[in-house]
Amino acid sequence: MSEPISDVPPYGHAIGMSVQDTTNSRLTLKVPYAAHLVGDPDTGVIHGGVITAALDNASGWAVRISKDWQDDLSMATLDIRIDYMKPATPHVDLLVTAECYKQTKTIAFVRAVAYHDSEDDPVATSVASFMMGTPNQPRS
Amino acid sequence: MQILKQLRDEGRAEDMQALLDHIPYAKFMGVKVDRKGNEITTILPFQEMLIGNTTLPALHGGAIGAFLELTSLITLLFNTQCERLPKTVDISIDYLRSGRPVETFGRAVVTRQGRRVANVRAEIWQDEFNKPIAASHGHFLLTPV
Repeated sequence: MSEPISDVPPYGHAIGMSVQDTTNSRLTLKVPYAAHLVGDPDTGVIHGGVITAALDNASGWAVRISKDWQDDLSMATLDIRIDYMKPATPHVDLLVTAECYKQTKTIAFVRAVAYHDSEDDPVATSVASFMMGTPNQPRS
Repeated sequence: MQILKQLRDEGRAEDMQALLDHIPYAKFMGVKVDRKGNEITTILPFQEMLIGNTTLPALHGGAIGAFLELTSLITLLFNTQCERLPKTVDISIDYLRSGRPVETFGRAVVTRQGRRVANVRAEIWQDEFNKPIAASHGHFLLTPV
């Protein structure tokens, strides 16, 4: 694996995310509620961008834990579409669960859901696709 | 939203920097606004914490998504008088190039504005305007004044 899952990227650290669980090709991460993540100071609701970052990161990791993942591969996000179902609840941690439901030689397809208590009551959902086998060497 | 009303009362409804300074997450990201007439450009200064891939290195896809969303929101608020911050209904992001660890700029266009929903497209770039690193289109729910 080029970067182990435990290797949280700097932006992941900045918003406080951590991996909670990886079972049956599903990955769950947590973003604890924090004052600097607030997008609407009147309500204390966290900004959509935080949810975007968590969904994006969880989706990428879900590809890495899928059974078809090859250690020498690297990948790049092609696109992600996010639907916001309801505002996140202030002062409550956010959970994100992602699953890579199809992977070909070149593309991986991932869906993810952001929620508080239950995946059946989502804050947001996303679908993303990733290009496999992109270069992952330092820029010259 | 308190700050929107306050800025309007003070005749500074178009002061998007003052608005950004009141949004904790925008301050945390370090987003700035440059205004030339009725044209708004957002600026995301580079910070180490924005990195998502330390090997390349490249900006985090989530940071890029957040910047696109903030750019869309700010442009929408600049063009529309709103009671509250517009709510994002959905946003679709295309990643076009990896984001290098340098300053990033953004611009958005409100492609359609209805009574309740606005469609907004946004693009962000680094050194070359004609080489965007990411683009988005999103729907936003409005609460007009």
